[in-house]
Amino acid sequence: MVGDRSNLKPLALHVPEPRFRPGDEVDFSAVDIPAAGAAPRPDTHAAPADFTDLSYSMVRVLDDAGQAVGPWNPRLSPDRLRRMLRHMALVRAFDERMFRAQRQGKTSFYMKSLGEEAVAVAAAYALQYDDMCFPSYRQQGLLIARDWSLVDMMNQIYSNRADRLQGKQLPIMYSVREAGFFSISGNLTTQYPQAVGWAMASASKGDTRIAATWCGEGSTAEGDFHSALTFATVYRAPVIFNVVNNQWAISSFSGFAGAEATTFAARAIGYGIAGLRVDGNDALAVYAATAWAAERARTNAGPTLIEHFTYRAEGHSTSDDPSAYRSAGEPNAWPLGDPIRRLKDHLIAIGEWDEERQAAMDREVAEEVKAAQKEAEKNGILGHGLHQPLDSLFDGVFEEMPWHLAEQRQMMIDEEQASGRPWARKG
Amino acid sequence: MEVAEIIETEAGAEAGDTQRMNMIQAINSALDIMMARDDAIVVMGEDVGYFGGVFRATAGLQKKFGKTRVFDTPITECGIIGVAVGMGAYGLRPVPEIQFADYIYPALDQLVSEAARLRYRSDGEFIAPLTVRSPFGGGIFGGQTHSQSPEGIFTHVSGLKTVIPSTPYDAKGLLIAAIEDNDPVIFFEPKRIYNGPFNGHWDRPAENWSKHPAGEVPSGYYRIPLGKANVVREGEAVTILAYGTMVHVCLNVVAEAGVDAEVIDLRTLVPLDIETIEQSVRKTGRCMIVHEATRTSGYGAELAALVQERCFYHLEAPIERVTGFDTPYPHSLEWAYFPGPVRIGMALKKILKD
Repeated sequence: MVGDRSNLKPLALHVPEPRFRPGDEVDFSAVDIPAAGAAPRPDTHAAPADFTDLSYSMVRVLDDAGQAVGPWNPRLSPDRLRRMLRHMALVRAFDERMFRAQRQGKTSFYMKSLGEEAVAVAAAYALQYDDMCFPSYRQQGLLIARDWSLVDMMNQIYSNRADRLQGKQLPIMYSVREAGFFSISGNLTTQYPQAVGWAMASASKGDTRIAATWCGEGSTAEGDFHSALTFATVYRAPVIFNVVNNQWAISSFSGFAGAEATTFAARAIGYGIAGLRVDGNDALAVYAATAWAAERARTNAGPTLIEHFTYRAEGHSTSDDPSAYRSAGEPNAWPLGDPIRRLKDHLIAIGEWDEERQAAMDREVAEEVKAAQKEAEKNGILGHGLHQPLDSLFDGVFEEMPWHLAEQRQMMIDEEQASGRPWARKG
Repeated sequence: MEVAEIIETEAGAEAGDTQRMNMIQAINSALDIMMARDDAIVVMGEDVGYFGGVFRATAGLQKKFGKTRVFDTPITECGIIGVAVGMGAYGLRPVPEIQFADYIYPALDQLVSEAARLRYRSDGEFIAPLTVRSPFGGGIFGGQTHSQSPEGIFTHVSGLKTVIPSTPYDAKGLLIAAIEDNDPVIFFEPKRIYNGPFNGHWDRPAENWSKHPAGEVPSGYYRIPLGKANVVREGEAVTILAYGTMVHVCLNVVAEAGVDAEVIDLRTLVPLDIETIEQSVRKTGRCMIVHEATRTSGYGAELAALVQERCFYHLEAPIERVTGFDTPYPHSLEWAYFPGPVRIGMALKKILKD
């Protein structure tokens, strides 16, 4: 039976729209920013249902005066804070240099993490070095905070002859097993269930290492995200899920991933997973939340989902122009400020730092990056004739090369000879 | 029927006694033996744990090896394969089961973009030594969601191996080789012949493996190397390339028609045993390809292309393809869809006449 609906208004489809578009005056006063120190810190073994409010509020440690306050204050030593600050500055200097290298035509692609340095660097500080990271493409801070070689990273970016990945992956899609950094895919959120699988393996083997993974808020919409959370809660996998909510997925604002209706941390609630929403531009809050989640995971209390509320201050990648879809005023108006400046202000506020030392550090990291770049470029840059050996194209498809690949390799070599333009050849 | 086999046993060890097994038991035996040999091997999937799988392929394994090595999973194929990739990165050797090949599509990204690419993109820092088992194919009134043959989707992907056994003996030896392989292997099990070979006559009584020579299976460890086809019937008149259920249907058609065909069971689609195919087609001058999967862009198209590239001047007739139709697998009209004895017989007549 069909009832009479003549008195109803017709259905209307809601299509989300961001608050500001190019040319708009930006006013973020509607963004709710709870006071630093206000969020309670539950016991690491508390039941997720007992602190669901932490999925809607925000863990913040650094207040507007630069003081570390409240129960989440990790009370790190000034030395540690300075090292963290330096690593964040190093990430920023690295990004700037590599962004410019792409603009100079030295490589095809780059992705900066401007404004999101705390998310990766502080997390690396809170994890053990041998905990396994399954990153997305904007967590270069993990590698840098783990003191991985900048030259090695640049070799990969340049796809040059010293690139350990033999030029097989798009720039910045690093793989560093030695530093607990899983091969970056480029397909979104595939790393989420993989991190769970690694964590399940670690648990089933009675290991003590945990896994952590990262994705953007936009890619929480992928099925992999939900598969991963289901697996993680079912087996109480020792894994930390990080959602880097930087507000923008290329040109789609967070509303297209569901942000108009709820928070990303709240995704945890339906799965019975611990959820925390964190000020992602507050290195101490990121550190404290990660350390909390790591302790929880390492003591068999299960997974945690951390939403890092932050802002993508740059374009998505070197192939993106954000001025085409968002207001140019957004980055500067972002109410949570700049993560490096905030940690710097804190160190100054507690009398452990000053502007002169900051300026000296900035010069130092810039020099370090410059020197690394010089070193890396000795091994070549993309497209300048110092490619990987031609035959390597067929290596690593399988452990052993089957006949059809060997045959195709020969076709390629014949093609090279016919072209009269020799490429680099192995040995 | 002559069963010429390649048995690789461990140095100094015997494959042991043989016993009668159907294909399910042979697969179970392979899993059992491998799990006992290597504690990195884990079996996972929907209903595979306590219950032992909807087809019973994992029966008894959880009891023997424990819940952390044989476990039920949530119903998310994407999650199953994604988790297996992560476990592989840790150092385990997962053998996930996808309950039906028809359910494998949610896992496609994890298989194609992850498992198949991991070695290449990380230059061997991480590998995905997965063996993905999945029952496939029709002939059991499974309708469109329990009957498909999606092997062509996977043979098209660089970095994946695709294996399809046709007997209990092969199933065990190939599965052991697949599990030992350091690359991801899609292992499709023709569920129509789990319990017995199928001659293609759906209206005649079902057979079981008890009288078939390849139902006699060594109890212990042995492996059949991936990439080696099996000439299951030698002949001079025509070469028939088939795999899985269709091997048996073809053998029966050939016997009934009294044609001296050479029937090759490919066993592994990637890597393919091209040498055996070439040798045979050069000898017979005719080549017929039979698969149950849909026709367009099916694996038969690849086989036809390879044969004409390599054996063109030996061919005396156009290559024939006998396949399922480019429709969803129907329920009530299953046997109209299935490439059975009549369709194969017509093609055989045609290729021999030309």
